[in-house]
Amino acid sequence: MAVGLPENIFITKLDAAANWARSNSMWPMPFATACCGIELMATAASRHDLARFGAEVMRFSPRQCDLLIVAGRVVMKMLPVLQRIWLQMPEPKWCISMGACACSGGVFDTYAVVQGVDRFIPVDMYVPGCPPRPEQLLAAVIEMQAKVRRTGTVMGREFTIRDTPDGPTPFDQDERYRIQDANLIQLGGFSAAATGKGLQGRSNRG
Amino acid sequence: MVELSVLQSRFGAGITESVFRDNRRIDVSSGSVFEILSGLKAEFGFSMLIDLTAVDWLEYEGATDRFSVVYLLLNMDTGERLIVRTAVNLPDPCLPSVYSLWRGADWMEREVFDMFGISFTGHPDLRRLLMPEEFDAYPLRKDYPLKGRGERHNFPVITRSGS
Ligand code: SF4
Repeated sequence: MAVGLPENIFITKLDAAANWARSNSMWPMPFATACCGIELMATAASRHDLARFGAEVMRFSPRQCDLLIVAGRVVMKMLPVLQRIWLQMPEPKWCISMGACACSGGVFDTYAVVQGVDRFIPVDMYVPGCPPRPEQLLAAVIEMQAKVRRTGTVMGREFTIRDTPDGPTPFDQDERYRIQDANLIQLGGFSAAATGKGLQGRSNRG
Repeated sequence: MVELSVLQSRFGAGITESVFRDNRRIDVSSGSVFEILSGLKAEFGFSMLIDLTAVDWLEYEGATDRFSVVYLLLNMDTGERLIVRTAVNLPDPCLPSVYSLWRGADWMEREVFDMFGISFTGHPDLRRLLMPEEFDAYPLRKDYPLKGRGERHNFPVITRSGS
């Protein structure tokens, strides 16, 4: 049935209207902990100009942001901060993990560095590279916008179905074996060898 | 330059000297290290503590002690440098703090405590400096695995629907 519409009025779905607004005005929260942060700054600066895609309003309060950009390696001491920032961001919110370190720990496979933020917070988009070029981050932001337009709903139904962790289980089996091996290496020479107990036995830190 | 014989006559014969690439080092016993350092500061003009760090000698060929604690001193008037080393061992590696001599030793001793588990008696605030408070290993000890014992995985997981 044809409906006559007055001038300047068009019909759309509420979801599509919300996605259109959300995807074109993303406010990033720059969580820049290392060298990738410099590239993030370059992306926002005049040469690459993130503003062309509506995402130039970097806010340093998580309560005003809806796109978390984790740029750089995250260490054990920083992860509770990152999680807190994520929880403080209002819905709807998305997360870009930028660079090899944020995605997987990168070359920093040591006791203090978290091996990928996706083990502990949800991640929507991974940007490979060490560091990724600004163009690559721009591509990720554009892809993020496309994803929001593709999957977004007004009430955030696309979020509530994601109830399993996005990354590998924090303590997957090979990691367990590796740590066992490391602890089994027999050390000679001095009597009291292994002293640290490790934290595995404990419940989660608060 | 402060001659070894001068130091030995002042602080006792237990001091030995060695040179490596123009760096002059004296080895002293852990019991007398505080007295020697305060003497070096007060009488020999070593007014600045450049660095304070430690070495783990586990599995090192010919090593007799588990840890060395190293003090790098500088005489600000003559430019002379001197490295003072002392040895400590498990199970309770412990030294007197030099915070009362050089305030700069504050964080250096905290770092050595954090990384090697060597405690310094008399330090005003001996907490971990780099690692989280609840971390209970000493990562720069040679018997600690590089990839840790799983501490880096022990965090709550936040899923998308749960946040
Ligand atoms: S991925 Fe490379 S550039 Fe980015 S934080 Fe890690 S080391 Fe630095």
